[in-house]
This record gives sequence, C-alpha cells and structure tokens, in this order.
Amino acid sequence: MRGLRALDRKLLRDIRRLWAQSLAIALVLAAGVAILLMSFGMHRALFETREAYYERNRFADVFAAVTRAPRTLLPEIRALPGVRAVEARITGMAVLDLPDHPEVAVGRLISLPPAGEPLLNVPLLREGRLPRPEARDEVAVNEPFARANGYAIGTVIHATLNGQKRALRITGTVLSPEFIYTLPPGGLMPDNLNFAVMWLPERMLAAAYDMEGAFNDLALALARGAPEADVIDRLDRLLEHYGAQGAHGRDLQQSHAFVDSEIEQLRNMAVVLPPVFFGIAAFLVSMVVGRIIELERSEIGLMKALGYSNREVAFHYLSLAALIAVAGIAVGYGVGAWMSRELAELYAQYFDFPYVIFANPSDAYAVSGVLGLASALLGALRSAMKAARLPPAVAMAPPAPPFYRRGAIDRVIAALRLSQPTTMILRGIFRWPLRAALTALGIAFAVAVLVSSGFMFDSMDEMMDNAFFRANRQDATLVPTRELPPVALDEVARLPGVMMVEGGRSVPVRLRHGHLSRRLAIEARPPGATLARALDADGNAVEAPSDGILISKRLSEVLEAPPGTVIEVEFLSGRRETAEVTVAGVVTQYIGLGAYMQEEALRRLRREGPRLSVIHVELDPARHDDFQAALKELPRLSAPVMLNRARQSFQETIDQNVTVMATIYVIVAVLITVGVAYNFARIQLSERARDLASLRILGFTEGEVSYILMGETLLLAIIAQPLGWAIGTGLAWLIVEGFASDLYTIPLVLERDTFAKASLVVLAAAAASALAVRRRLARLDLIEVMKTRE
Amino acid sequence: MTEAAPQPAEVFRTRRLTKVYDTGKVKVMALRGVDLDLYESEMSVLLGPSGSGKSTLLNILGGLDRPTSGEVWFRDINLATLSDRELTRYRRDKVGFVFQFYNLVASLSARENVALVTDIAANPMPPEEALRLVGLEHRMDHFPAELSGGEQQRVAIARAIAKRPEVLLCDEPTGALDSKTGVQVLSVLDRINAELGTTTVVITHNAAIRLMAHRVIRFHDGQIAAVEVNEARLPPEEISW
Ligand SMILES: Nc1ncnc2c1ncn2[C@@H]1O[C@H](COP(=O)(O)OP(=O)(O)O)[C@@H](O)[C@H]1O
Ligand SMILES: [Mg+2]
Repeated sequence: MRGLRALDRKLLRDIRRLWAQSLAIALVLAAGVAILLMSFGMHRALFETREAYYERNRFADVFAAVTRAPRTLLPEIRALPGVRAVEARITGMAVLDLPDHPEVAVGRLISLPPAGEPLLNVPLLREGRLPRPEARDEVAVNEPFARANGYAIGTVIHATLNGQKRALRITGTVLSPEFIYTLPPGGLMPDNLNFAVMWLPERMLAAAYDMEGAFNDLALALARGAPEADVIDRLDRLLEHYGAQGAHGRDLQQSHAFVDSEIEQLRNMAVVLPPVFFGIAAFLVSMVVGRIIELERSEIGLMKALGYSNREVAFHYLSLAALIAVAGIAVGYGVGAWMSRELAELYAQYFDFPYVIFANPSDAYAVSGVLGLASALLGALRSAMKAARLPPAVAMAPPAPPFYRRGAIDRVIAALRLSQPTTMILRGIFRWPLRAALTALGIAFAVAVLVSSGFMFDSMDEMMDNAFFRANRQDATLVPTRELPPVALDEVARLPGVMMVEGGRSVPVRLRHGHLSRRLAIEARPPGATLARALDADGNAVEAPSDGILISKRLSEVLEAPPGTVIEVEFLSGRRETAEVTVAGVVTQYIGLGAYMQEEALRRLRREGPRLSVIHVELDPARHDDFQAALKELPRLSAPVMLNRARQSFQETIDQNVTVMATIYVIVAVLITVGVAYNFARIQLSERARDLASLRILGFTEGEVSYILMGETLLLAIIAQPLGWAIGTGLAWLIVEGFASDLYTIPLVLERDTFAKASLVVLAAAAASALAVRRRLARLDLIEVMKTRE
Repeated sequence: MTEAAPQPAEVFRTRRLTKVYDTGKVKVMALRGVDLDLYESEMSVLLGPSGSGKSTLLNILGGLDRPTSGEVWFRDINLATLSDRELTRYRRDKVGFVFQFYNLVASLSARENVALVTDIAANPMPPEEALRLVGLEHRMDHFPAELSGGEQQRVAIARAIAKRPEVLLCDEPTGALDSKTGVQVLSVLDRINAELGTTTVVITHNAAIRLMAHRVIRFHDGQIAAVEVNEARLPPEEISW
C-alpha cells in the first residue's frame, strides 16, 4: 500500500468496515445506472436504426388503400402540394399451402413495379434476387418467414391468388421498413411460421386480381415540412370514388406504431426509473455519511488540528461516497451491458431490422456514470460540508447527547402509556421525522415497483380473457375474397371438423362525431350470436338494439360520444352513403377499436340484401388437421384467422415474459428494500448502541432489546405499505394512460393479490435486513460499548 | 524569580487575552485577560484546576480556536488576525498536538497514524523514526485497539513530533494514564524537548508534574495566578503521584 496516503487508507478501511452498507447502496445505484445505460442506449440504437432504415429504404409518410383506382389518377396525386413521390401498388391476401406444413398459412402480397425498384418502401434484398418483372411463378418473401420455415432460395410454395392456386418459387429473401414488426391478420404477436409477406411482379398480380391499369394501394412520400393532414385530406377527396378506406400517416401504420411505442417505452423508462434509484441512493449515502461524520467528530477535529484543510476534510468524506458510487457504476455498467444484450436479442426476435446502429454507446456510459456519481456526491455533500465547517476545538469535544424535547407529539406518546421500548421507538421516529419519512418513502417505492409491474400480468390476463375467451370464442374466422350470400354458410358447415358456423359482416366505415372521426369496420352480427360477441363492462355478452350501435370504450372516448350520442356513419365501400346512428352502449374491448350492430339494422341502413363477409366457426379439436387441409383447397378464401394459434402465441409470449419480468422486478424491489432498510437499521444500531447496551445491563432480554432495534425499521416498513400501494396504483394508472392507443388499451386490473404479493416481498426483505442487523446486536460487547466515548 | 541570564527568544506572547463561550442562554468567561510569555526550547507546565481555562488557552495557542479579544502572538504573527486557511497552514507547519484521549484514528495502524501527519508536512521525519523516538519501533504495525493506553499516547506524541513542529502542545497527556505509564509518557516528552529542542507546553491538573518543567504557569479561573521558573528540574523518572 506504499504510495497511498494514510487518509486514503482510512477511507478504504472505512469502506471495508461498512462493506455491507456500502454494497447495499452501490447495488441500488447500480440498478439506476444499469437501467439508464440500457434504456438510454437502446432508445438511441432503436431510434437511429429506424431512422437510418427508413431513410435508406425510403419508408413512405402516407398510406392509403382503395378497392380499385385507375393509374391515370396518379399524375394528379403526384401534383398534390407537399407530395414528393408516389408509389402505386397492388396488394392482396392469399391462403398459402406450404410444403410439410399441415396448417394453413396466410400471405400478404405486394407488387413490385415492372421496371426498376420501388420508389418507396424499398425492400432490402438479403439473399438471392427479386422476381423478374415478367415472371409468373417467382416470389420474394420476407426473411423471417423463410428462416422460421427453413426455406431456401428455390423452395416452391403454393398460394391461392384470387381463387387460383399457383406454385411460386422463392427467388430471394428481403426485409422491408414496412414490416419491422409483422402481425398476421387478427393476431397479436408476430407469427413468422404462418404468415408471409410476399413480393411479386406487378404484371402477374394485376392479371390475377384483375387490376390491369389500376392499383389498390398507395404510398406517398412528403416534402420536408409538408402538412400531413392537408395531404391526407386532399388525397381522401381524390380517392373518394374508388372505395377509399381513408389515408393515414405513419402513426397508424402497424409496424411503425409498434416500433414507435417500444421507443417511447424506452424513453419513459430512461426518464422515470433511474431518478427513483438515484434519489434513493443519494438519500442512503446522505444517511450513512451523515452518521459516519457524527461518529468521527473527533477524527475530524484531529485532522484539522493536524493541519488538514476544510477542503481536504470535505474531500475525504466525498471520496467515501465516490468510492461507493464507483463500485455501483462498475456493477451497473456490467449489468446494464448484459441487459442491453438481452434486450437486443429480444428485439431481434420481435423486430426485423437488417442491421443495428449503436451510435456512440460511450455517450450512454458517460451519462449514466456521471449521473450515478453525481447523485452519490450530492447525497454526501451536505454532511461533507458540515464536517468541513466543524470548528476543530468543538469537534474535539464530545457531542452533546441528542436533543429530545417534550413537544406535542411527545405528550401524545406519553399519554398513550406505552411500554418504554415502544416509546423509544416512537420518539426515535419523531426525533428525525425527515429521515423516517424518506426511509418509508424509499420502501414505499419498492412496493410501488412491484404493484406497477405486477398488475400488468393480471391486465394481460384480462385482455386475453376478454378478447379470446369471452368476446371471440370461435376457433377460426374465414374471410372470403368478396362478400357472399348467406347460403355460403352451409358450404362452410359441411367442411370437415366444423361443429358450428356463424356469419357476420364487416363493413369499413368512418365514424364521425363533430370534427372527431375514426376509421374502422362495423361488425354486423345476427341476433343470438354465440361465437363472436360484444361484451359489456361486466364481461357479459350484449347485443346492439335494432336501431343503435355499440362502440368500444376507447372509441367512445376518442369520439367523445357517450351512449345516447348520435354519430355519423360514412360507408367506405359499395355505395358511399352516410347515415346517422345512436350510440346505444359502450363495449369493453382492449384490442383495436370496435363498433357493433345488428346485421338487420345495418342492412336497413344500406338498403341491401343479406351478405356475409366473415364466417366464424367452431371446430372439433380432433379434426383440426382435416379442416386445415380443406381450407387450402377453398378457392374463395382470402384469409383464415386461426384464433387458436393467436391464443396460443399470445399466451406463450406472456408466460415467457412473466417469469423473466417478475424476477427482474422482484430483484429490483428487494434491492431497494434491503438498501433502505438495512442501512436504516444499521444506523439505528449505531445510534442506539449505548442505549441498548444500557438496557441489557439493566436486565432487558436480548429479545426485548432487539424489539427496539428492529421495531423502528419494521414500523416504517409497515407504514410504507399503504403509501407504496398508492404510489404503485398511480404509476400503474400512468402506465395504462401512456400505453392507451387505438391499437390497444391496457385495462387497469388491480387485484388484491398484487398488493398482497408486493407487500409480502417487501416486508420479508425488510425483516431480513433488520434480522441481519440484529445479529450484530448479539455480538455487541456491552462493556466495550459503554467504555467507548462517542 | 530571577532576571539573570539573557532571555531566550519569545515563542508565544499573549496580551489581555479573553475568551467568552456564548451558549445562547449563558455566557462563560473561560479566559479573563491572560498575559503570557513562553520561550524557545523551554518546557512549560500549565497547572490549574479543572475548568480553569487551560484547554481554552492551549486551543488558542495552537490555532484551533480564536480569542474573543486580546492579542496572541506566535513569534511575529498575531494568530487572532489569521483567516481559517492561514490557521490551517499554521497548524500544519508549526504545531504538534497531544490530547488526553490520544485521538488516534482507530482504523489506522501506529505507523499510519503518524503518516497522517507526514503526508502533509513540509519537512517531516519518516514515521518509523518518530516511532523510534518514542520507543515504539516494535509496535509500528499495530492498530490502536492492540496498544495499551501509554503506548497509544506515545503514538500520539510520535505523530505530533514527526513533522518537526516548532511547538508541541500537550493537553493532559497523562490524564487517562496510571502513574507508571504516565511517567513513561512524560519522559518521552522530556527527551524530545531535550534532543530536538522543541518548545513544549504541557497542561495538567497534576501538581507533581510541575517539577520537570522549566517554567510553571499556575492558572486559576481564567487567569494566570503565578509564574514560576524552576532552578532545578527533576527528571520525570523521579516524579510520582
Ligand atoms: N465549547 C464550549 N462551550 C461552552 N463552554 C465551554 C466550552 N469549552 C469550554 N467551556 C467552558 O469554559 C471553561 C474553561 O474550560 P476549559 O478550558 O476546558 O478548562 P480546563 O481545560 O482548564 O479544564 C469551563 O467552564 C468550560 O465549561
Ligand atoms: Mg481541559
């Protein structure tokens, strides 16, 4: 240790003596550093990667779908003010028959222009080549689909395009900025095994879908700064007569919206969580350094008598905090880097980026390290300054005993006629109310972390139960290529394995209330439907009355249309008429927006005969495969939605994440609790050592004495519970509000269980911390304590 | 008292020195006008009952505290006018302290406690040499808890002299020790004074100790009651109480 100054050695030995306390603080700090490092770093990486990908592959700004519009319209669209580039495409859905794949899969078809590469949404070739423009049997597929199925260049798959089954040879695999996050129709999770994105030559698709000289999908790039809303308005008017379903910006583009919500989540995480950890760490440092300085008054006086300057004294105690911080930052870097890798892997599983740009990861290290260090130093600053200002002669004299005074609270405590130990506990709390309050607050945060993470599992359960078990009880939903007469139901009923069928109609509309509007599909259902149903607030099936419409809660909120409101329905297909309907009730639905009517009521509005556009079926579980095989041969089927599969993948994803997330949050909560409770109890022991030793000498048992020692810590831990529940509820509410979008809303499901579990974990951790300190009490050398002069 | 031989150089000189502690409710007059002269290389003993203001005076001489009024000179520096920073410098460069309760840093070994001073002093002796001077060369790596009271006090003396201070101020250095160990500590002080010629002030309420001093200042109720110069000093080994 040559070269180290004596003071530095004292510092190192202080740390060694306080290793458990220092470690507890360092770990809390480490949690803050790790989370900041991960969220800040990943936020940047995700954001910049997406920006670069969008830029290089020219992701469009505005999207529009129509039934069929002539290409002659394009010059007019290009001439719209603010429009920089236009890409017109033919898109469709196809049922796929995949080699060695018993289940029916679905493909989303996208046309490639006859010459050159697309202007917008340029697919990025990963392997092989794109189909030749004149080819009739070539296809490029999205890479994740090829990977999941183990397909190579040259594999032949079969697709039913508009009723005609074709063999298509895979010529290349691609990624696209439009499909960073890819959901199958009706699914909630990516399903690369059963859902493909397929790029085909325009000529071939035009022939198959009878779209020569026409398009049904439009992508626009806007000039920098062009007002998106104006362009969308003008575009909607231009496309009005071509079955337009309303243009929208990136915000409603599925893949973009999901990536965006992830980026937003990372940002929120970086902004919300680390300050909590840093704040707690700062508080702990201030508590511990404050106590050390109290204990080391005479050392401080001595250092000054020996000629150490105020600055050197302050620096000495700041170094203590800095050392703890450095340990915490080092651990935080390690854990943060590991968490970043894990998260990157998770993203790789759900998001399909061709590359990841880690721009300046050193920034994330610098920011999290500096903030971690700053919070520890800030925590120590007040005490260090106090030490620096202590006049040497005063420091050498023993400190006056802590000043207990008879105040109003003390009179109350005295009036309660509690036992002396209990009185000691209460006096201790009220003697340092701020410290007690901050300790309770720290523990409350641990509870809050568990509550605000624990509720998610119940909420996911509720979402799942609502969507898959109570509202949509069918095993599959078949979507025909065009609307069918009701007799088609009989045909489906005869398919192998089908036990029950139920027809419905899904009609694209725009619902308007004043200046507020949303685009969605009205689901029209027959009376007494038992497979696909709408649910009320209590989860019971409800049916729309014969003259009204039921809308989902989120829709009712965004349209500001509570029950009783008359809203306007603009039909976006067939005869483009508008009608008025009354909101008859609100439906509980968490995924997407929903609107429901009686089938007959809709028919009246549209003055049309009965039609089917969706067919729900219930299957004999034993005959699933037969049913799947039959579907592959159905010519007029555009997209079967296998709800079983969706249920399963959603459940799997949740189960997989529940264990990981629950473990992480429990670790975080235990870290906070132990950091706060252990340090608090250690300081109790240090401050009360003499009192406790005196009581022991007076004949109090070890149990009675440890009651005093542990009592204050545990009492504060108990006080912290309701506070933690409240903070946790608030956080949960903020999370729910933050997530709410037209894509999905998370229900705020707060079960008593969530609170109970949170409290159990935290109280157990607090009790364990107090017990760990109690063990030191047993080792307390009575005579030594009484001899040492404070 | 004699006025014979030429006076050695003055090290400390105080005039009309007072110190009032204001504790809010009561004002305590700890020093009530002290005129004191202390000389180079002398060993002075400040004798007086508990509470008479001895420590207060020593703290002011050592730059740990400031007088309420009056002058306090260290050679040609008026300590009363120095800033905090200058007082720190003064303590660092000129003064060695020894306290009744040793005030060793518990987490540092004997050698390291001495190094605490040699780390920041301008012209220190090696800690080992200081410890040798107090007869603790065989205890250098022991921690305070592993040393007896007398040994701890000798470490404190080693720490005080390691910087080769101009003055050594000792506040009841034997106050916590039994007679036999006390004598050992006093003889160390005596030897330092003789060998290094360090001006030394020893506070005590133990009258027997006055016999080893060049000069004895009797203190009473915040004032100097009498100053005596010993014609013949007794070696510490012959003192007992
Ligand atoms: N920091 C202080 N605040 C108030 N009074 C003090 C303080 N230090 C000393 N005193 C008082 O000043 C007087 C002299 O104290 P001190 O110099 O310690 O005496 P001695 O060292 O001779 O025992 C005593 O009455 C003591 O109570
Ligand atoms: Mg004294």
